[in-house]
Amino acid sequence: MSKQLIKARGLHKHYSISVGLLQPSKNLKALSGVGFDLYEGQTLAVVGESGCGKSTLARLLTTIEEPTSGQLSIDGIDMGNVQSKAITKQLRQTVQMVFQDPFGSLNPRQKVGDILQEPLLINTSLSATERKQKALEMMSLVGLRDEHFHRYPHMFSGGQRQRIAIARALILKPKVVVLDEPVSALDVSIQAQVINLLVDLQKELGLAYVFISHDLSIVRHIADEVLVMYLGKPVEQGPGDVIFNDPKHPYTQALLSATPSTNIKNKRQRIKLTGELPSPIDPPNGCAFNPRCQHANKSCTISEPVMDTFGKSQVACFALDEGRI
Amino acid sequence: MALLEIVNLTVDFATATGSLRAVDGINLTINEGEIVAIVGESGSGKSVGMLALMGLLPWTSTVTADRISFDGQDLLNMTEKQRRKIIGKDISMIFQEPMTSLNPCFTVGYQITEVLCQHFGGKRKSYNKKAIELLNQVGIPAAESRLNSFPHQLSGGMCQRVMIAMMIACKPKLLIADEPTTALDVTIQAQILELLIELQQSHGMALVLITHDMAVVAETAERVIVLYAGQQVEQRKVKELFDNPKHPYSEALLNALPERAQDKLLNAIPGVVPGQMDRPKGCLFSPRCNYAQELCSEEKAPLKDGILCHFPLDLSKSRKPKAINVETG
Repeated sequence: MSKQLIKARGLHKHYSISVGLLQPSKNLKALSGVGFDLYEGQTLAVVGESGCGKSTLARLLTTIEEPTSGQLSIDGIDMGNVQSKAITKQLRQTVQMVFQDPFGSLNPRQKVGDILQEPLLINTSLSATERKQKALEMMSLVGLRDEHFHRYPHMFSGGQRQRIAIARALILKPKVVVLDEPVSALDVSIQAQVINLLVDLQKELGLAYVFISHDLSIVRHIADEVLVMYLGKPVEQGPGDVIFNDPKHPYTQALLSATPSTNIKNKRQRIKLTGELPSPIDPPNGCAFNPRCQHANKSCTISEPVMDTFGKSQVACFALDEGRI
Repeated sequence: MALLEIVNLTVDFATATGSLRAVDGINLTINEGEIVAIVGESGSGKSVGMLALMGLLPWTSTVTADRISFDGQDLLNMTEKQRRKIIGKDISMIFQEPMTSLNPCFTVGYQITEVLCQHFGGKRKSYNKKAIELLNQVGIPAAESRLNSFPHQLSGGMCQRVMIAMMIACKPKLLIADEPTTALDVTIQAQILELLIELQQSHGMALVLITHDMAVVAETAERVIVLYAGQQVEQRKVKELFDNPKHPYSEALLNALPERAQDKLLNAIPGVVPGQMDRPKGCLFSPRCNYAQELCSEEKAPLKDGILCHFPLDLSKSRKPKAINVETG
């Protein structure tokens, strides 16, 4: 069995939101009860609409923020018990991140070389020539040429910029890379180039990916494990092929049927999902999905469902528990 | 008779480093009540072509065409004033970023009624009822209270619905949707596409859908136009294109989709769309083409049966492996 890199159990993250003068602040539950394991060379895909807590999860994993409660251990070190700053610093090197928007995540005033060397400058004590050497190595690894070293981000196309962002994330030799919608801002053809690069890098370096996306056609292609979230809560979790071939939760089914397909001949019956994600400040009673769910009944509005094992996947749904679907 | 007819549309931009041809001889005919998709990567001139039709390009641009006619009227030789009566009323456009295309300083109700006042005259207040009706039509709950909301109080999907409500306010004959769902989630994307098709059918308007996602095309359009680097490389019925793409670029776009991948690696198209400086001498797609031969990089591709290619593919005859296909063309 390959090495376990991330172990998360019951992660919660709550923010306190002030709603106005003289009014008590409200609690926003951005993330509640997320748990998963991530092993070397594996890809975990986190799927859901915007506002479902995907990016909050990314912030917790990269230790930008601390969880309100729950256990998170990275590379065998429990984050809750870390005392020394040196270990935190080391953990931050272990988990790196690539952001969604390659136009916004690179400093327009820095040259590519400087962008790539900055993490080394802060985290290592390498000499200038060694740093440059490393940056050039990394550039060739992600398919950039040496002459790009002295260019500014605006001189590159979207796909190339995302390559720079990937190079920057990899330069500290992380074990886990959090990819926050890495290709959603790119064209389909360029998207394929970047995905291929990610797959190659994973094979070569044995990286583990946390792949955050709402595009299920890409997730189906790249993911080993899938975690479907709705309003901060996991609703379905399991191996990728199981989830895509036999989705159990009504939300997963709706997401899958909403993804456009090029198969013109047999058009699927679309499950219509009306409305939008409710506000996490004021979530609906009971199961968070019940206002949009076609299988909802009274029990769904009273209490919250918990994750139960169905075959190879775990699903939180009363309708499934009671055998209504 | 065709609703919109564009013959040989060309758009040039004057830049500091010389003239840049963004759109190179596009021909487009759209019939009443038809859904046409325009597909291509960024930089292929999809949006610029449509912006030229709307007259929304900056002064650095030069738009030339042999003929642009809409509903029997010649748009090319019209004064600005006459054109403005048509644009926004009979032809309207939805843009990609719903959050930025609404004015953040004004309420939703103000912005919808403004369109109506502009084209039909009268007091703004008198259109409030009509605005509520429109918001209901595009599926915004509690429309009455939403009239006084500002754009930042709405989600992306809601903003796009408001944009659509504004654009259908004057019952246009032609609606141009420029990547209307690219910035949205899949579930909201499905809702918006469904809404557009529903409106297209109930109003009997023609819909031009600009997108780079072939899957969206498959789900919605009847006819598709594939653009590459400003040139129109293929124009076909959607079903025919998906079954049997004739231009290598159309095929490459289809193959790049994750669902068509054979194994872990996707069939990416190498390189990027050529820019101002690196425009190839021969066929513009030749540096990225799987089937390119010597001739392709030497001579410009000829236009045969609506396909701009020296060696169009023909998959209906036999699906040969790529290496052999290169020789037979």
